Amino acid sequence: MSAPLAPARPTRISLAVRDSSTMLRRNLLHVRRYPSMTLNLLLTPIMLLLLFVYVFGGVMSAGIGGGGADRSDYIAYLVPGLLLMTIGSTVIGAAISVSIDMTEGLIARFRTMAVYRGSVLVGHVVGSAVQVLASLVLVGAIAVAIGFRSTDATALEWLAAFGLIALFTLALTWIAVGMGMASSNPEAAGNMATPLILLPLISSAFVPIDAIPGWFQPIAE
Amino acid sequence: MHPETALNARCPNLCAMTTTTSRSLAIAAKGLAKAYGDKTVLDGIDLAVPTGTVFSLLGPNGAGKTTAVKILSTLIRADAGELHVGGHDLAADPQAVRAAIGVTGQFSAVDGLITGEENMLLMADLHHLSRGEGRRTAVELLERFDLTEAAKKPVSTYSGGMKRRLDLAMTLVGNPRIIFLDEPTTGLDPRSRHNMWQIIRELVSDGVTVFLTTQYLEEADELADRIAVLNDGKIAAEGSAGELKRLIPGGHVRLRFTDPAAYQSAAVALREVTRDDEALALQIPSDGSQRELRAILDWLDSAGIEADELTVHTPDLDDVFFALTDGAGVPDQPKETVR
Repeated sequence: MSAPLAPARPTRISLAVRDSSTMLRRNLLHVRRYPSMTLNLLLTPIMLLLLFVYVFGGVMSAGIGGGGADRSDYIAYLVPGLLLMTIGSTVIGAAISVSIDMTEGLIARFRTMAVYRGSVLVGHVVGSAVQVLASLVLVGAIAVAIGFRSTDATALEWLAAFGLIALFTLALTWIAVGMGMASSNPEAAGNMATPLILLPLISSAFVPIDAIPGWFQPIAE
Repeated sequence: MHPETALNARCPNLCAMTTTTSRSLAIAAKGLAKAYGDKTVLDGIDLAVPTGTVFSLLGPNGAGKTTAVKILSTLIRADAGELHVGGHDLAADPQAVRAAIGVTGQFSAVDGLITGEENMLLMADLHHLSRGEGRRTAVELLERFDLTEAAKKPVSTYSGGMKRRLDLAMTLVGNPRIIFLDEPTTGLDPRSRHNMWQIIRELVSDGVTVFLTTQYLEEADELADRIAVLNDGKIAAEGSAGELKRLIPGGHVRLRFTDPAAYQSAAVALREVTRDDEALALQIPSDGSQRELRAILDWLDSAGIEADELTVHTPDLDDVFFALTDGAGVPDQPKETVR
């Protein structure tokens, strides 16, 4: 009974893209309006970076490359793991915001509208991915500032590393979104997603795998 | 302006044609049933809401009102029933139904992290309005709902009434012709409630069909053309407020005495009244109109009777509601006291 709103009937794909980008704009608006949430989540990896490099760094570097390594070697060893941790930490935000949406009845509103069904989640995932990239740049910049240097990687290798990080981000974001949907309230979502930060702690991200007790090595690996 | 409205304004003939064809029913349900596990929530109810009218589903908490709204607004699927909203089959073409409806749920569906204006623009984008059109709609609706001043503030700072108004304003973006309101005034203060009623009346005067659930009888009485009383998943009664009120015994004037002797003499003098010896009260049948009340007072004066308390009891939807929903009869509560 109501007349079509657009002059030409838009295709399904263009509608999906349009609605998804609307949702993405909404999520980015949240981030811009509440940078403190993102910064809070970023605090963990940044603190750990500084802690491990400056407080433990001197001791830690002794265990790398059969000794004789210095602080800058340890930074080179540590940064990739911390970047992963940054991803894990930032996507917690996605879990929480999905959960907020679910509990607030806003999703119900979207579901009664003639919008592309997947747009809400696509908006969250892409929004979170953008946020992760920004966080990575920030943490990366700090790492460079305190002495992280790429020594022997080629441009192609760097590109591969970025690709891998992007894919890993996407995968982790979807997991976080799933957690957000599965939990009954935002607090639960935050708690459920917390292991995503802690996982690198029990891996070889901070110390070489040989330095971990034998029974724990399989878990770390 | 909505394209259809513009069209109607330009060619009244066509308008007459479209109204006669769509005049039929905005919402039609036959045998709507829903159960969760072995708990039956809706037990095969029939609903028929003509276009441009207000229909109220009235019932106590847990009667199945929200479930009915959720089904009709495509949020959940019915187990059984032939359901049409806006002329579209709910099961076959839910997306067409969604394009025709607007829904304001029981819990405010607003984005608390962004401003009221941003919420409105979000809705405009999702309705695929152009940028200019979206802005215009947002400004217009914010103004209409008295939110212009708060438009640039984050919604998390809004009061309950403001959130509700924003919620409804968001529902109206895209000019839906059928609107579902699930308990729109629950939790609002009296002033906000009256404001909301006024807004709903304005919608109806624009020709919008409103499907309203409420647990307040006064609200259904104020707004609805037709009321269905939902109880235990079944429609216990349906009709206009007047028709429903006629379902239960009429009103009366109640005279209460403190002195047994005065009570006795009054009972003897008045004769054709219902006696309540225990409470020392007499009931005189009355419709509660001013004319009848004056006649009764004159009669009492001429008979030299002076009651200590006089109350007028008119049957209202409360009585209907109680009578229908617990089958235990009508509680005898004075609704208005005239001393």
